[in-house]
Amino acid sequence: MRDRGLLVGGLALFVAVVTFPVWYNVAAGTTARGPEPVRPAAAGRCVAPTEYMRASHMSLLMAWRDDVVRGQERNFVGPDGKTYAKSLTRTCLGCHTNKAEFCDRCHASAAVTLTCWECHIDPASLRRAGR
Amino acid sequence: MSVDRRAFLGAAGLCALAVTGTRSLEALAGTGRPETAPQGRRVPRWGMVVDLRRCLQADGCTDCIAACERAHNVPRLPSRAHEVKWIWREPYERAFAQRGSGYADEALRGKLVPVLCNHCDNPPCVRVCPVKATWKREDGIVMMDWHRCIGCRYCMAACPYGARSFNWLDPRPRVKEVNPDFPTRTRGVVEKCNFCEERLAQGRGPACVEACRERALAFGDLRDPGSQVREQLRSRHAMRRKPELGTEPSVYYRA
Ligand code: SF4
Ligand code: SF4
Repeated sequence: MRDRGLLVGGLALFVAVVTFPVWYNVAAGTTARGPEPVRPAAAGRCVAPTEYMRASHMSLLMAWRDDVVRGQERNFVGPDGKTYAKSLTRTCLGCHTNKAEFCDRCHASAAVTLTCWECHIDPASLRRAGR
Repeated sequence: MSVDRRAFLGAAGLCALAVTGTRSLEALAGTGRPETAPQGRRVPRWGMVVDLRRCLQADGCTDCIAACERAHNVPRLPSRAHEVKWIWREPYERAFAQRGSGYADEALRGKLVPVLCNHCDNPPCVRVCPVKATWKREDGIVMMDWHRCIGCRYCMAACPYGARSFNWLDPRPRVKEVNPDFPTRTRGVVEKCNFCEERLAQGRGPACVEACRERALAFGDLRDPGSQVREQLRSRHAMRRKPELGTEPSVYYRA
């Protein structure tokens, strides 16, 4: 066992390299947090239950998109019986006025790149840009 | 019970017919223009009549163009290579390339006339789109789904009126005053006049028609003999652009 020192040293180095990200985060004080989207202050009701919206808002929006553009069907009757306009800018952003702290936080955290806002308009950021 | 291949196929065909209903029968029989929707609702056939005499009275006026640009976030691009047009002005000779009027159209020569998508009854642009991003609605509006357009520009090549524009540049920063109720487009899609379908859905008329102070533009149901547009077409001779092509435009011009 002449190379015992070499073996132990090599193993220690290996463990140190593999666990480096853990120590790095401990040193930097990073904790495991969710994206923490900010819900609208005015505690209104969403067009559908929160659980459904959290999991399936993208499917709902895709369906709305096709209904309005291709089907000329512009109104949505929610599970609560209320009627809403199928409008991203007016209905969704009407409550979720802070897109940056609601939509963007989750999508950034999940590394999802959206194309919605290349055409659809966020009135708040429009106002901020002074247009 | 034994079923031979022939009987099975026959039964399968009948089942398919039963499932898809009268729609497939209509498609097989090729009934071209339905006068009523499936629910029995009367469907209009939107059209426009431009009164050139009135329009030319307000020489140099561009109110209709400005109103359309405001309503639909149409970008202003100075370069002809990049410009985006929904309704614009074209020299009379270019808009109406037909020959043989002799001296009859002397009053119009050299004048600029308003032109836009004709919402053709037989639109070649629709035929060529490989992804059905553009299609003819039952009320005659030739619609576009900008979500689906892949920017191949086949439709631009097919349209004999140059009514479609391609977004070579990002349009958003080039829109003068953004209307949040209408999307802008993005680089790489084609756009054109939509006959203000978003306003029609709210029971309002097109923005250009509303903006014209000479009331030179009339909009209405071509299928209704009592409509204002039909009334205007009855009372004076009207023409359509390039009628020889068989596209059947829904935009008429009163000379
Ligand atoms: S004018 Fe051109 S774009 Fe409009 S429907 Fe006719 S072919 Fe299509
Ligand atoms: S440019 Fe867009 S709308 Fe035109 S033919 Fe291609 S996919 Fe269709």
